Amino acid sequence: MTDTVNLFIGLAMGLNLMALASSRIPSIIRIEAAQGMVLGVLPLLLEGEPSALVIAVAAAVVGVKGFLIPSLLRRAMRAAHIDREAAPRLGFVPSLLLGAAATVGALALGLALPLMPEHARLLLVPGSFATIICGLILLMSRTKAITQVCGFLMLENGIYLFGLLLLGSTPLLVEAGILLDLTVAVFVIGIIVDRIQRSFDSLDTRMLTELRE
Amino acid sequence: MSHGLDVLARLAFWLVLAPLVPGIINKVKAWVAGRRGPPLFQLYFDLAKLWRKGVVLSTAVSPGHVAGPAIAWVALMSAALLLPLGPAGAILSFRGDALLFVYLLALARFCTAGAALDTGSAFEGMGAAREVSYAILSEAAVITALLTLAVQTGSLSLGAMLAPAAGPGAAVLAAGLFVVLLAENCRVPFDDPNTHLELTMVHEVMVLDHSGPPLAVILHGASVKLLLFATLLVQAALPLGQWPAGPAAGLLVISLLGVAVGVGLVESLLARLAFQRVPLLLTTAFILCLFALLTSWKASTSSEARQGAMNPAECRCSGTRAAHSAALPGESGGKRA
Repeated sequence: MTDTVNLFIGLAMGLNLMALASSRIPSIIRIEAAQGMVLGVLPLLLEGEPSALVIAVAAAVVGVKGFLIPSLLRRAMRAAHIDREAAPRLGFVPSLLLGAAATVGALALGLALPLMPEHARLLLVPGSFATIICGLILLMSRTKAITQVCGFLMLENGIYLFGLLLLGSTPLLVEAGILLDLTVAVFVIGIIVDRIQRSFDSLDTRMLTELRE
Repeated sequence: MSHGLDVLARLAFWLVLAPLVPGIINKVKAWVAGRRGPPLFQLYFDLAKLWRKGVVLSTAVSPGHVAGPAIAWVALMSAALLLPLGPAGAILSFRGDALLFVYLLALARFCTAGAALDTGSAFEGMGAAREVSYAILSEAAVITALLTLAVQTGSLSLGAMLAPAAGPGAAVLAAGLFVVLLAENCRVPFDDPNTHLELTMVHEVMVLDHSGPPLAVILHGASVKLLLFATLLVQAALPLGQWPAGPAAGLLVISLLGVAVGVGLVESLLARLAFQRVPLLLTTAFILCLFALLTSWKASTSSEARQGAMNPAECRCSGTRAAHSAALPGESGGKRA
């Protein structure tokens, strides 16, 4: 079981780096969807015999992160006529190397932290740190608003991964609430992206530095 | 006496079978494109034809122009003799021969690039510069891959390193080594072996001014290098050393064929990358090998921790953990045991 869980988390960590290396926005959205689905399955694997609530939340996570949010993002892209190039502020090779260094650092940190014995062999903590840092790198180093949404989603995936540590003690309702918030946030961001595109004819966030009446 | 025969058989394997690999790749490409394609033994005919031809030398070149390909070929053949062949093992094996292997490959590259620079042509200098700048990244990946195998087996000899599979990271390592194979042998996403006209070609431009026997030696050396990397990839990914001799030899041959078919499919289905995108793919290969190294390192440290053996390297690299276990000796000591 441990090996399967570690394989899935490793897959998610690989998807982080793929998102950092890809130059097209649709492929970043696709990678985010895949990561959301991979992480959505994890509660089923972590619980030996999942209850109906766990299965429902896992299905909701897979459905929302894998299908609903990507389709919202794609609709926002179509509505705002965004071209596909990711327009990085930091090049792909440096961001990929930074992401790899973050992953290695997260693994070293995971070894150094005094974890609970049942979590020590799992990659949950390193995977969550790596995903959070890669999400931050994606958020900071890409200029278009829509890639920043992708970075935000990756960051949320990392936090979700960390939350799985407490799977036994937090009610899954909290997770469901976060999921709802996330969906609404992406929905709102989709509308905002459309408005930015209409008002400024560009989604480059470097131009959005001044407040005016 | 039998040892001598063994050496001769090995040399014959590399000499005779290597030119078959490009033939298989071309057949696969032709099959995907729906053509009949050149015969399987086309490279043998080409080599025989080139060997009978005379050499045309520019007035600008030094003897190094002819010596370069010869030295490169000898270096590649020596590297090939260091590499074990499945159940038959390596002909030459000593502690640290993995390092010699890497350096022999680097020597071959240096001589090819040097011979290209020797013509004084700006075009060939450009090709040599590209070849060497790709090599910076692909050599890093090869060294990381060998380091992974060394960490996993605790040995620095290729024979011992390649006998078991690369453990949990075998798939990742195989993917990284496959990308390196494509880059080192100038196959499609990095370079097109068929072009002779583009300004972007890499390997072909370095051999433009060679003719006759030196060109034959270069072509044969390139095919040996391809077979060399394919053999390295197969043995790093599959635990051939733990199988009985017969099935292992069969599996080796089948997997080598599989790698050749894979290269052919990649060449038919992918376009070559834009020049600026190449470092990204090579960095990806390096990171794949690095993660394989991480998994094998993590597996070895956790198995040592499970045995209860104190690992000095682990304590050195994580000072916080040592401090923590010093502060809470009972608790964390109990956890680790």
